[in-house]
Amino acid sequence: MDSPFGLLAELTYRCPLACPYCSNPLNMADFQDELTTDEWRRVLAEAGDLGVLQCHLSGGEPLLRRDLVEIVADAHGLGLYTNLVTSALGLSRPKADQLRAAGLDHVQISIQADEPTVSDRIAGVPSFQRKIEAMGLVKELGWPLTMNVVLHRYNIDHVADVLGLAEELGADRVELANTQYYGWGWRNRDALLPSRAQLEAAEAVVRAARERLRDRMDVIYVIPDYYSRYPKPCMGGWASRQLTVTPNGDVLPCPAAQPLPLPRASVREDPLERIWTEAPVMTAFRGTDWMPEPCRSCPRRELDFGGCRCQAFLLTGDAARTDPVCYLSPDHDLVARAVEAANSDSGAGSPPLIPRPHRARRPTQLPGGAG
Amino acid sequence: MNPTHTGTTRTGARTRPGVEVSASDRPRLAPHVRLTFCRTRQRQILLNPETVVVLNDTGADILALCDGRHTVAQIVTELGTRYQTVPDDEVRQYLTRLVARRWVELDDG
Repeated sequence: MDSPFGLLAELTYRCPLACPYCSNPLNMADFQDELTTDEWRRVLAEAGDLGVLQCHLSGGEPLLRRDLVEIVADAHGLGLYTNLVTSALGLSRPKADQLRAAGLDHVQISIQADEPTVSDRIAGVPSFQRKIEAMGLVKELGWPLTMNVVLHRYNIDHVADVLGLAEELGADRVELANTQYYGWGWRNRDALLPSRAQLEAAEAVVRAARERLRDRMDVIYVIPDYYSRYPKPCMGGWASRQLTVTPNGDVLPCPAAQPLPLPRASVREDPLERIWTEAPVMTAFRGTDWMPEPCRSCPRRELDFGGCRCQAFLLTGDAARTDPVCYLSPDHDLVARAVEAANSDSGAGSPPLIPRPHRARRPTQLPGGAG
Repeated sequence: MNPTHTGTTRTGARTRPGVEVSASDRPRLAPHVRLTFCRTRQRQILLNPETVVVLNDTGADILALCDGRHTVAQIVTELGTRYQTVPDDEVRQYLTRLVARRWVELDDG
């Protein structure tokens, strides 16, 4: 077993945006008891000892944590490469200055489309203009900037203009990320899944842009695995290279693993090193011993690790099955049917998008409660 | 958020044809990458926004000299004093790959 390289620190699931593709869990209320500053300090130190080199500060919206600057300073002090994954709402100039001084290495800002109408509609709040301003600020302060756009049925046709916007803003990297269907994205899958024609057109644009921009900007394209022959090598293998700590201190191999029926592990109860080494949530699918056929005898088993356990669980109810994205999976029909529906022009239209709530609702609203 | 920075399959430009590293270039690390030492692994590491490269000794020595002052020719000479054989074109090929990934930038002679 290797040491993990990266820690995804999900500081909070609160978020000013309401994007329907969000991968945060549906049961956000279970994560409201957020780790304190001191607890994060301990987690970061334990992660550093474990061999973590990169710290992705994410959420929700990490800028909603009032102690974000302190957390960045801690991570930086431990020698970690710090990456802020943000909507940019709340990235004021004073806050940016503080984060820069605290040693933040890199900023990734999401934007929902190339223009305000579509972007604000997907985000659920007026945010486009503030994002543009924040990206300008990031460049002005000399940070490397990644612009991230999650692609789906409602914005993938804009990909050329998205690339144009990234170029105009001077982004160092643009990440065009086809939606991964977890959390709210899973709930909205049938509305978000693009058609094959949309994908083919977008991919032609991406190929041409890479050629044109090769000296100026990295164009990263996250593949739409529903349209792939083989599954993604999710996380480089279960609990192999990364770990996630959720807002309440749960430790997971990836942010999407929360719904899997595995015993909970928490930094509030155990040291990170012990969790990484021996907690069932980490060991359940580590390596290849857990694999069923057709993975077990597949020459690709060390290339894609059987795909994504969370996707297998969401689609089949069993996390130990081959990722149904794989054309060799006995459950592949589950994916094929969703793809077929996304490509049918029956005229029924897509189902409505359900926005992710800004913050978790209390699990029970008792009459007369303190609320 | 969408977990796109956490191990999804992505494609990126792996090579950028047309980039030639010459002996008089002065390579330096791109602003978004950082060279560090990992005490757990006892190895030099190149850190990027989303990737970690565990370096071998030669790679670490080359990158430590990518400071915008040393020319490629000087890096080759310097490595020659540390190792028995350091073929000129190997250093150049290594740097070419790093430039293609945008991890190293070049200042012209």
